[in-house]
Amino acid sequence: MVLFVCFEQLSPIFLYNSVSWSTLAMNTTVVAQLQRQFQDYIVSLYQQGFLDSQFSELRKLQDEGSPDFVSEVVSLFFDDCSKLINTMSRSLEQPDNVDFKQLDSGVHQLKGSSSSVGARRVKNVCISFKECCDVQNREGCLRCLQQVDYEYKMLKTKLQDLFNLEQQILQAGGTIPQVDIN
Amino acid sequence: MVMETESKFHVLAVDDSLFDRKMIERLLQKSSCQVTTVDSGSKALEFLGLRVDDNDPNALSTSPQIHQEVEINLIITDYCMPGMTGYDLLKKVKESAAFRSIPVVIMSSENVPARISRCLEEGAEEFFLKPVKLADLTKLKPHMMKTKLKKESEKPVAIEEIVVSKPEIEKEEDSSVIEILPLHQELESEQLEPMLSSNKRKAMEEVISSDRSRPKYNDITTSV
Repeated sequence: MVLFVCFEQLSPIFLYNSVSWSTLAMNTTVVAQLQRQFQDYIVSLYQQGFLDSQFSELRKLQDEGSPDFVSEVVSLFFDDCSKLINTMSRSLEQPDNVDFKQLDSGVHQLKGSSSSVGARRVKNVCISFKECCDVQNREGCLRCLQQVDYEYKMLKTKLQDLFNLEQQILQAGGTIPQVDIN
Repeated sequence: MVMETESKFHVLAVDDSLFDRKMIERLLQKSSCQVTTVDSGSKALEFLGLRVDDNDPNALSTSPQIHQEVEINLIITDYCMPGMTGYDLLKKVKESAAFRSIPVVIMSSENVPARISRCLEEGAEEFFLKPVKLADLTKLKPHMMKTKLKKESEKPVAIEEIVVSKPEIEKEEDSSVIEILPLHQELESEQLEPMLSSNKRKAMEEVISSDRSRPKYNDITTSV
């Protein structure tokens, strides 16, 4: 009604408003769609066992003061994964000279950080990995190492997709949905 | 009109892992605490102002040159650290006359009952299993409140006063204890009672004997 009146007056200000009004309407749909996509995606990550409730805890720590906390911490975690896997790979190189103590230390660290981040599959592989270390099973350790490498890279891709969705929502002017997984 | 003394609890967090330091720092900030993180037990002691003699690790003295501007309300430390473990740090703190009243909390990723009871016996207030959650940190408030209340122990404040008073903040010495409450409204009155009546914490009965001048409550710097 107001728009109609202002259109007659051809006031540039109100013309702008009419344009932005329809843009806003369109944006709302886009935002809602993106939010739905985000929600579905994150729920699927939990359901498929990539993430556990600790990831929810992590998201609680993010706020306006620390808007990138989750992606920063996750990034640190993936860097750690990469470094530790390299070190552990070297420890396992020589069949008759495996430093199981160093391996154990690496696995312990990886288990700790994956647990803190909510990286469920990575953590579970670490549990098996530790068992192989304890009995000094080199073959078992090699298999676990390969699996850890696979799992962390897989998770990295998935979370990158999730963070991209977040960015899209924010750019469209929306807010990121709270998804609580217990 | 009424100036609120914006004073946060200051926590010293000790962990050799950068990742874990980042986590605990955020957790504490989110719980409205000021945080200082260090990567070792010896750095923690340095920060507190305890000089650690390299030749004799058992000889601890408060360094007269270091004037502690900052007051620490709680130390939270990882158990497994190279060099000085969290347990070693706990012992050193509790052995020091100047610092034994600072509550210490131990964190560990391993659930070892013998380890847990050893730490609690040595005087740790809590033992948290990693990953530490936000909900865990709500347990810290009563322990940190103790250190603030201790300062007011010269002026006896009745328990009923603390529990019942509404957030009327006045810039007076007497009501500085009451000032704490509006900032930590989740603190239930029930939590105060066991803390104040607890007799297992020797710190409660002891008066901190220290030549070191302690900063007054109102002088605490509050930068976030």
